Amino acid sequence: METLILGGKSLALDKDGNLANRNDWNEEIASEIAAIEGIAELTPHHWAVIKFMRSVFEKENDSPSIRRLTKESGVDTKTLYALFPKGPAKKAARIAGLPKPKGCI
Amino acid sequence: MSAQPIEKVSIIISRGSLEGVYPGLIMANGARMEGIEASLFFTFFGLDAIIKRRMKGLKVATVGNPAMHMPTLLGALPGMSSFATSMMKKEMEKLDIPPVDEFLTMIHDAGGEIYACRATVDMFHLTKDDFCAEVDDVISVGQFYEKAAGAQIIFT
Repeated sequence: METLILGGKSLALDKDGNLANRNDWNEEIASEIAAIEGIAELTPHHWAVIKFMRSVFEKENDSPSIRRLTKESGVDTKTLYALFPKGPAKKAARIAGLPKPKGCI
Repeated sequence: MSAQPIEKVSIIISRGSLEGVYPGLIMANGARMEGIEASLFFTFFGLDAIIKRRMKGLKVATVGNPAMHMPTLLGALPGMSSFATSMMKKEMEKLDIPPVDEFLTMIHDAGGEIYACRATVDMFHLTKDDFCAEVDDVISVGQFYEKAAGAQIIFT
């Protein structure tokens, strides 16, 4: 299994390169993963998306679709793509310490 | 050597039935979600999906479609297509697949480009005013190929 060394801690990754254990995640780790993904600073908008994704995952064991994300998190589609360029759902899930979303939408 | 990842897709939607339009929309949106550039080119009856007065009324074809598992004569009964359409829309809503108009807005806001085919527009005597606001332009086949430079072209 691949690992990611962050802050002196070795974190297990799943086959997609996302954190294998949701409980390894904290806000500092999120910021560091974001930096690796090319997002220098996580703004309040980023956090709104990340926290919404985590709260949905907590309840439903899957990440929300982009449609639901934009309808319920208060961040619209254009902003979402600007916040997480190169694939918002995938990027946001990785930074949120969640597995890659399963859905097609 | 690992395969070259797809960076750009140009998807042609040529049919105007609900099941003819959705695959292209899902693929375009899915491309944007993966960070892949996407453009949609609507041609022939596919134009119904971007014509303001028609886009909300697309229907599932219940005749001439063996995969509906419905005898042709039954499929031809009045109301059958509307019934199949409403059933399918319900199932799609459960999967969080948006209606056509909302889907187009979503793809456009995600940076996907949307074009109408010049030849069909002229043939059906349409103007830009007939189309929803997400349509970026009416373009010729030649312009389509120019815009599709470096893309995978997908015909649906």
